[in-house]
Amino acid sequence: MSLSADLPRIPGVVSLPLRGLPLAPLSLALSALTRRLSANHPGLFRRLGVHGRKRFLVDPIDLPLTLLLDLSDPKPRVTAHRTPPSADCRIAGPLSALLGMVHGTLDGDALFFSRDLVLEGDTAAALALRNAIDDAELDLAREVTELAGALGRPLTRLLPVLESLTHLPLRRVDGEPV
Amino acid sequence: MELVCPAGTPASLRAAVKAGAHAVYCGFADETNARNFPGLNFSREELTEAIAFAHARGAKVLVAINTFPKAGGQDLWHRAVADAERAGADAVILADIGLLAHAARHHPTLRLHLSVQAAAANPDAIGLYVREFGVKRVVLPRVLTVAEIAALNRAVDVETEVFVFGGLCVMAEGRCSLSSYATGRSPNTTGVCSPAEDVVYGTEGGQQTARLGGFLIQRSTPDAPAPYPTLCKGCFSVTDENGEDKRGHVFEDPASLDAAALLPDLAAAGVTALKIEGRQRSRSYVEAVVRSFRAAVDALEAGRPIPEGTLARFAEGGERTTGAYAKPWR
Repeated sequence: MSLSADLPRIPGVVSLPLRGLPLAPLSLALSALTRRLSANHPGLFRRLGVHGRKRFLVDPIDLPLTLLLDLSDPKPRVTAHRTPPSADCRIAGPLSALLGMVHGTLDGDALFFSRDLVLEGDTAAALALRNAIDDAELDLAREVTELAGALGRPLTRLLPVLESLTHLPLRRVDGEPV
Repeated sequence: MELVCPAGTPASLRAAVKAGAHAVYCGFADETNARNFPGLNFSREELTEAIAFAHARGAKVLVAINTFPKAGGQDLWHRAVADAERAGADAVILADIGLLAHAARHHPTLRLHLSVQAAAANPDAIGLYVREFGVKRVVLPRVLTVAEIAALNRAVDVETEVFVFGGLCVMAEGRCSLSSYATGRSPNTTGVCSPAEDVVYGTEGGQQTARLGGFLIQRSTPDAPAPYPTLCKGCFSVTDENGEDKRGHVFEDPASLDAAALLPDLAAAGVTALKIEGRQRSRSYVEAVVRSFRAAVDALEAGRPIPEGTLARFAEGGERTTGAYAKPWR
């Protein structure tokens, strides 16, 4: 249960249709994004250290799916699941909290204090992933639009609309990486 | 007054500098610093680049090498001091008396700060560090009142630095063995309190639980704020002196230090530098807390009122305290 009232949640009208979403294409797209991040941000995976071959379950609790980040294979991949698979650790919270941590707008410890973020399993692995992502200064919107090729430009134009509708932190707001 | 800010990663260091830090403190990714957590800290190359970044923007970088070397294993700590100097650090923050002696002898031009981990809290102890090792600044333990800090500053001839925001320990730093008792590791030796490897969160009977080294240390309803999984913040059942059973935070309540309102008093007490705790926190925390305290320091120097802070959301347990600075029970 969350103590914060100000974290946006995905409304049911959006999450319900996602129950019918085919997961295989989503997994392919997310794996492609992960490999792009791996190539563009090698420091992120280096910073994981001894946890660099583990399986991380990311659980956006306001979506009807979970995401498995599997680093046990040299080619990292992300797969979407209706039923949570086994993993070394589980990191759960509203999608806005998870994206806020990725984009540097929210603090993981503060989310933990307020119970908006829940950790289970290998705590050290979860902590390493959180710290590595924080240091990487990722901008998922930019990575996705660049990955999308010709579709990138319309996606970029769509971004402010999506942000306005969902109130999700979809991109970095603190400028370009230095 | 100088604002000394935390950085657990290069990204946090850049955030601190951009937010107005006068100095940033950080450590190497090993047992030589007291925030040796997974995924944190700096390689030698990262430190060199970070120092160049900070210096180009007028900020200093202080390297914390503030754990206590193990017998026979001092080389790791000696290398850390040498590498910090080589990278261009403005000072190293040390706690161990042997390491201070080594640094003073082999790195005579390197500025030495005494870590809070040394727990030097009186003029005689501080005088010894200044006289024997040439320490230029002492980070005071978080057990002193403002009045005691003022008296101490009148009696010593060295800069003093005090904590103004962040996590609190229950006792004098460097002397706590609670983490060692539960896990065999502590911030004093391996640089980590309540190692994440020994922490297990779970749900039992509808309640959130936290175990440290196999010990159940917290059990609460899901709507209660969560503290750090340390023994000092744990909830325990005890029998008091009247034979009554009590349950709660026996050592200390989860709360974060926030001394923003006391900045004028600390300045009047002769404090040189203000320290923000939190190298384990995100760049979001660093940016917000540094920006807030830089505004407070600037207001103080301009003779304006200290602005109202908006940092409650970062506090452990959602609670803030002025800690030992004001001890109303005395």
